[in-house]
Amino acid sequence: MKVVIIKYNAGNIQSVKFALDRLGVDAIVSADPEVIKGADKIIFPGVGEASTTMEYLIKTGLDKLIKELTQPVLGICLGMQLMCQWSEEGDTSCLGIFDEKVRLFRPKQGEEFITKVPHMGWNCITDLKEGIFDQSLEGAYVYFVHSYYAAKGEHTSAVCDYILPFSAALQKDNFYATQFHPEKSGDIGSKILKNFIEL
Amino acid sequence: MLAKRIIPCLDIRNGQTVKGVNFVNIKEVGDPVELGALYAEQGADELVFLDITATHEGRKTFVDLVKRIAQHINIPFTVGGGISELRDAEALLSAGADKISINSSAVRNPQLIDDMANNFGSQFVVVAIDARCEANDHWQVTVSGGRIPTDKELFSWAKEAESRGAGEILFTSMNHDGTKNGFANAELARLSESLSIPIIASGGAGSMEHFVDVFTEGKADAGLAASIFHFKEIAIPDLKEYLRSNNIVVR
Repeated sequence: MKVVIIKYNAGNIQSVKFALDRLGVDAIVSADPEVIKGADKIIFPGVGEASTTMEYLIKTGLDKLIKELTQPVLGICLGMQLMCQWSEEGDTSCLGIFDEKVRLFRPKQGEEFITKVPHMGWNCITDLKEGIFDQSLEGAYVYFVHSYYAAKGEHTSAVCDYILPFSAALQKDNFYATQFHPEKSGDIGSKILKNFIEL
Repeated sequence: MLAKRIIPCLDIRNGQTVKGVNFVNIKEVGDPVELGALYAEQGADELVFLDITATHEGRKTFVDLVKRIAQHINIPFTVGGGISELRDAEALLSAGADKISINSSAVRNPQLIDDMANNFGSQFVVVAIDARCEANDHWQVTVSGGRIPTDKELFSWAKEAESRGAGEILFTSMNHDGTKNGFANAELARLSESLSIPIIASGGAGSMEHFVDVFTEGKADAGLAASIFHFKEIAIPDLKEYLRSNNIVVR
């Protein structure tokens, strides 16, 4: 089993690597197209800003490469948002793997406890679809940090509710993605990463 | 629904956990990675590791420690103490820290908040504020563990930190810290209502009821404490159960 974490200019790749280490998976961190294409499983992490990150992906050719992958791919956080069609963050055209659009959370006025953006902390995932989830995870708490969200759509594979119900996870064909950070979501997160590795 | 967070804070000196009462009389309580992993297992939602070592050698030990924490602990953690330049933050980010907290260095150089947020994202930047209530309800911001007063005032400084790109505010009331008489709920509520970023409450936790109060009256997003957890006065699973029975959403 060869697992590759795509190395690029966004985020806390080390945490994902460590989380896989804890599962006994020795992942390779690489930006080399041949290494990425030759992997059994690919993780596309990301923390950062959408437009500059997207520019970087285009410049390096990673945009085309990611879209053409046929093995299971897991996008995390910004990785997931970049796999959508468009992001309001910097009015950015993204990879378009998922049709869903990414928008900024707008706090509801006057409603106590739901006026903070970013959505930061532990929230539960519901309406789970098979794939990287199983029924034991319905309602489980996972860790989120984000100000933009992917709207609910036909590829939504988990729902979270903050200000409004949004896509906590997406799936289409071999592409999987989570808005939350499985690598930081305790034992539940480890289970989800393990499910992805075992696909 | 978004859960209220419980955050044990571990003070680190020379790679070991310590806890000061009112920031003096420090007493050793154990290995940070072991203690952090235990808290994570018990249901802590995040961890904060504050490096109170002042020396250069201690600094290097801390970065190594951060890497060990990231390897072994599967929940988010913040590191703070002695971060005054972008490259300090960068070293901690590459070691695997999820967030950094800046305090005195931000007071001295507020532009640091902008620079950190622009380089690493707001989600990475926690601005910690230690303040003490002086006469006439004036909350004066202090630095160096509460020892040095500054010309900044709590509410305006918190607002400025938010507008410069802070992702969270960690407010410690120096009047409450170490007293175990409860958090500064009125001030926390005022912060929570006037800012749109999460507020972490610190200073004063002595009982499980204090956490109910800080989430209801204090409207805090997270409650941080140290000694009551380290000295096993409150066990995190019991605290979570107590909060749940008081209709507070917890994980």
